[in-house]
This record gives sequence, structure tokens and C-alpha cells, in this order.
Amino acid sequence: MKKFDLELAVGVFMILGIVCLGYLSIKLGKMEVLGGEGYEIQAVFSNSGGLKAGSSVVIAGVEVGRVKEVALEDYRARVVLHLPSHLKIQEDAIASVKTKGLIGEKYLEITPGGADKIIPPEGRIRDTQSPVDLEELISSYVFGKL
Amino acid sequence: MNAVRKLGTYTLGHLYRMGTMGLFLVRMLVYTVIPPVKFTRLLRQIRFIGFQSLLVIFLTGAFSGMVLGFQGFYTLSRFGSEAFLGPMVGLSLIKELGPVITALMVTGRAGSAIAAEIGIMRISEQVDALELMGLNPYRYLMVPNFLAALICLPLLTALFDVVGIFGGYMIGGKLLGVGSGTYFMEMANYVEMSDIMEGVYKSLSFGIIISWVCCFKGFYASIFTGFGAEGVSKATTQAVVLSSVLILVWDYFMTSLLF
Repeated sequence: MKKFDLELAVGVFMILGIVCLGYLSIKLGKMEVLGGEGYEIQAVFSNSGGLKAGSSVVIAGVEVGRVKEVALEDYRARVVLHLPSHLKIQEDAIASVKTKGLIGEKYLEITPGGADKIIPPEGRIRDTQSPVDLEELISSYVFGKL
Repeated sequence: MNAVRKLGTYTLGHLYRMGTMGLFLVRMLVYTVIPPVKFTRLLRQIRFIGFQSLLVIFLTGAFSGMVLGFQGFYTLSRFGSEAFLGPMVGLSLIKELGPVITALMVTGRAGSAIAAEIGIMRISEQVDALELMGLNPYRYLMVPNFLAALICLPLLTALFDVVGIFGGYMIGGKLLGVGSGTYFMEMANYVEMSDIMEGVYKSLSFGIIISWVCCFKGFYASIFTGFGAEGVSKATTQAVVLSSVLILVWDYFMTSLLF
């Protein structure tokens, strides 16, 4: 390619720009391009404690999936989780909302169970734990209830 | 009496100019929507505004990111939270610095040239010649610039962001010892898709501002800023100053709107 022509220059520019935009939105914006193979399960909490779509789902400290949706259902928070298809969650696993550090963001921790039965796609985690309310804890400590 | 009259003339002149500018934008938008688009002109302008700005954007992006790495590390280490260097660099680049500095650089590099080019075409009566040949000057001169700016600015901004993030990593990660996992994973944790879209919306609107102001100033060079070479030089200066100011002012309103 001797001549550095118009079309080539524009093409190079477009590719470079789109690659950068793609990097930003996929790597940092957590956009799912291929719909993400995997399945979804639900968990119902009495208090989701500020969990939001895009929060991470963690097992033993390893991030395995993301929260897809948080919605209200019968005055309780219904959380939809997106998990990779190779990951099986047992029937008696416990889902709990936790906080990174003292004032960090919220994430969802799944504590695996021991049952043989596996939760099918669109199934539900039965045991859930709402987050610890730090203020309530402190106030009960201050007022000597603890 | 005379002073009052002068004030009136001044006000009316300003109103007239602002009205013309508004009408210019409307006409530009209308001709953008109505096909045909001069495709070769569009490609030429994308090369000029986009491809030829790559080096400038690369340099400014790298150094902005590096300086953010230094300053961010210095500030955050006072609170013992160097781990948040990644989110700080990423968010400030993606939401604020990327779109604004890119727009300012493009104004300086391409906007001034657009204003001067169209201004010289105006004073050497090439615009009139176009009209005489039955070519629509909006379609031939403005729309390619407008579309090219609209296409190029988000892409240039994305390049600026990415180069800046890696520049910040070079300083924060390699030189000052924030782990690469900490830097990138914390950034991915805190940067949301809405933040990236905010940057894209901003850069799109800056593209409109740059092409609008620079084309307008050039197109009305002999009418509003005087004749001859002096008129073109004035028009070019005004184009750069006005679009830079508008970019920063509009950035404030965009931020408060999208906040």
C-alpha cells in the first residue's frame, strides 16, 4: 500500500475510534455484547439494602456473575441474578447482601449449600439474608441493648 | 438622545446576529436530514477533523491521564485510599475531561481551519459562485462539516479516554505502585454505562457546537466581521473563542442536566 488514500485514512480512524468506544463500554461499562450465555435465578429479600442492577454476585470472594434486575414484589425486593451456565447453585444455598468494607458498595454473596438438588434456571434461592443495618447496630449498642 | 439611539442600534444588531445564527443552525439541520449528502466531501472532512487530529488527541490524552495519575495519587494518599486511583482517573476522564479537552483541541485544530476556509471562500466570492452554479452551499460546505464533527468527536473522545486511562496506569500503576488489578478492577466497579453515555452525549453536543459556530463565523465573514483578510482573521478568532466558551458553558449545563 503505497498511497495513503482518503478511504484508508477514514477507515483507520473509524476502526480506532470504535475499538476505543467498544473497550470503554464493554470493559468498563459492563455492556453484554452477546447477551451473555448463562442462566438467571431469583432471590427475594425483605430488604435489598441498596443493591442495584450491575452489582456483583460473589461466591467465596470470587466474582461469578452480576445482578440483572432489582424490582419490588409484594413489598419485598426481588433480585434477578445472572450466572454462567457451568455454575450450579444448590437448593439450600444462602444469598446474602453484603457491603465491601465499611462504606463500600453492596454486593450479593452466595454461600453454597450441601444439597444434591440444583436450582434450575428461573428458579429461586429460598434462604436469603438481608444486609446488616449498621446504624441500627450502632444505636442498639449505644443504647445498651446489645 | 444619541446615546440611547446607539444603545438601541447595538441591541438590535446583537439580536439580529443571534437570530441569524439560530436560523443558520436550523438550515444546517434541515439540509442534514434531507438527502443527498455529499459523500466524498464528508469523507474528506472526517479525515481532516478525525484522522488528522489523532496525534494531538493521543498526546493530550496521554499527558492528561498521566497528570491525573500523579495528582490523584498525591491527593488520595492523604486519605490512605490510593486504591481508588483507578475510579478517580476513569470517572474524571470519561465524564468531564475527555469530552471537554477533546472538543477544545478539535476547535483549535479543525474549527479554526473550517472557519478560515469558509471565510476565504466567502470573501473571494467562491460561495457566490457555488450558488450561481446551482450548488447549495449548505449542502456542499456545512453539512459535511456538521456530520463529520458529529461522527468524529465521540470517537476522538473515546480514544482520549482510553489513552488517558492507560497513561494514568503508567504513572499510578508502574511508577507509584498501585496494583494493576486494583487500578482496573476498581475502575470497572465504579464506572457505569450511564457515565460512558454521559461522555458520548457531551461530545455529540460539542460536535454540534463546533461545526455550528465555526461554519457560521466563516460563512458570514464579510457580512458581520468586515471585508478582506482582516474580516477572515476576525471571523476565525471569534469562531475559536466563541466555540471554546460555548463548550465550557454548555458543559456545565449538560452536567447539571445529566447529574
